[in-house]
Amino acid sequence: MSLGKDYIFKSQTKKQLLILFSLGILLTIVGIFMIINGDSHHEEVSNLASESSHYEFHWYQRFFSNLWINNVYFTGISVSAVFFLAIQYVAQAGWSAGLIRIPIAMGSWLPYAFILMLLVFGIANHDIFHWTHEYLYDVNDYRYDAIIDGKKAYLNVPFYLSRMILFFVIWYLLYIIIVKESDKEDVNGGETHWRKLFTISAVFVVVYAVTSSVAAWDWILSIDTHWFSTMIGWYVFASWWVSSLAFITLIVIALKENGNLDFINHSVIHDLGKFVFAFSVFWTYIWFSQYLLIYYAHIPEETIYYVERVKSGIYAPFFYLNLICNFFFPFLFLMTRASKRHTRFLKIACPIILFGHFIDFYLMVTPGVLKDNGGFGFMEIGVLVVYLSLFLFVVLRSLSSRRLVAKNHPMLEESLHHDV
Amino acid sequence: MADSIKNFVLGVFEDEDVLLKAITKVRKEGVNIHEVYSPFPVHGIEKALGYNRSRLSIAAFLFGMTGTCLALTMMIYMMTIDWPMIIGGKDFLPFPTFIPVTFEMTVLLSAFGMVGTFLVISDLKPWGKAKMFDIRSTDDKHIVAIELEKNKLNKTKITKLLKASGASEVNEKQMD
Repeated sequence: MSLGKDYIFKSQTKKQLLILFSLGILLTIVGIFMIINGDSHHEEVSNLASESSHYEFHWYQRFFSNLWINNVYFTGISVSAVFFLAIQYVAQAGWSAGLIRIPIAMGSWLPYAFILMLLVFGIANHDIFHWTHEYLYDVNDYRYDAIIDGKKAYLNVPFYLSRMILFFVIWYLLYIIIVKESDKEDVNGGETHWRKLFTISAVFVVVYAVTSSVAAWDWILSIDTHWFSTMIGWYVFASWWVSSLAFITLIVIALKENGNLDFINHSVIHDLGKFVFAFSVFWTYIWFSQYLLIYYAHIPEETIYYVERVKSGIYAPFFYLNLICNFFFPFLFLMTRASKRHTRFLKIACPIILFGHFIDFYLMVTPGVLKDNGGFGFMEIGVLVVYLSLFLFVVLRSLSSRRLVAKNHPMLEESLHHDV
Repeated sequence: MADSIKNFVLGVFEDEDVLLKAITKVRKEGVNIHEVYSPFPVHGIEKALGYNRSRLSIAAFLFGMTGTCLALTMMIYMMTIDWPMIIGGKDFLPFPTFIPVTFEMTVLLSAFGMVGTFLVISDLKPWGKAKMFDIRSTDDKHIVAIELEKNKLNKTKITKLLKASGASEVNEKQMD
């Protein structure tokens, strides 16, 4: 019995991705020029301001900020896809057996994400992370910051970099082991590989629980160095996880419509839809838990985070757009059973959710990095499109490199007859 | 209703796969099935019986909305209209602080409403007596109950049909 057609990465698709990539580059360049030109006429004002705040704005700061947003966003989608894979094996799930090669393909972005992370941090650490400046820790300097100095044991470049390297290495190693076992299963069959995958996946789930949270402190929370939130680990995880689920759903739908995964039935699509719906609500729960505590306690050093976002003319629209895209829309749109079962509804909902969570990361990073110099224009869209085309290229190439269906997966038969 | 006694034909089935095929076959012949009693949930039985999707979720939504409105009305009346109070430097209408209570009331009313609706439509009441066609349907047999008065086919024909589709025995029972 042969199930599904293996995915072939056609040169036509590659060409389309190349066009998308070029479009992204073009938009980015247009965006850069617009910022440079738009800036020239209020340079005097910003020069005046810069004397007091020793802060001068350059176009590349906004560019770096965008690179960082997309780094974190796509790393999260990729590592959360591996998390999806792991929980399927830990739960010994049957429904998903037919589609597990899709999260496997998404995990292949990890090494590229690692290189990009190191590169951007290496080049732009001062521009993105205020705490990387040496003078903050020098008592004799007038810019000395006692609060940041108090966090020095944790927030210093060597420790930060070693954490980043450690996380990526562990994630990638466990991912490679999972992929190897899954590939061997295709050849050998039987249950042994599946049982081994259970053990490795259990390890990955535990590792991911800790590392995703710490990564969120490092990559997101440390931007607003003075501010802190004990919810940020969960918050970033929720955002990553629901984006990853939406992405998996989209790829499954695309492959199904392409005729590669025609055995995936409505019940499996329904389960993916339920995942997207449920974790959109979960994200809202976490978002609101963070917001309500800060709103209610009304402590200035905490509320500043929301003041920067809600009271700003630049970010306030996105603050509300974030809630609309990620809560109100999916909650109302995906509430009925039919909308989770039929691909035409999910094809509308998933891209909006994915864009919503990009906005979510935009709001986490940009106000802290750029303050009032931020904005949302061609550059933001351009860099996102560039990253998206690269991510899709890596994922689709990996998808075509192995069989699309894990044909010896012990639960495959159950997946075919899945009925809810 | 206590006076009207109805006649039922009961098909007893041993296996759920046979049962599912039998239900489909019997319904194709135009037989109207009163109810099927099983010791455990049988996958796909709703489809075989041609049941429409339950409208319980609509009831749940409406009860939930009632809860939302009730909670908001209560809090806005108390905190904003009847006795405005400043708590923690917030407005008279601190909407974010209302959300947890609104959420809880929505869940509470929708859960209670759903259970209540289910009890009413299933005719379950503490003092009610269970309709038991065959005690073995609580153990290892599936019972297909067919009401004679609601069918055009006569008793012998239905009996034959049930036997032909795999029933291990066919019984009769009167119920009120």
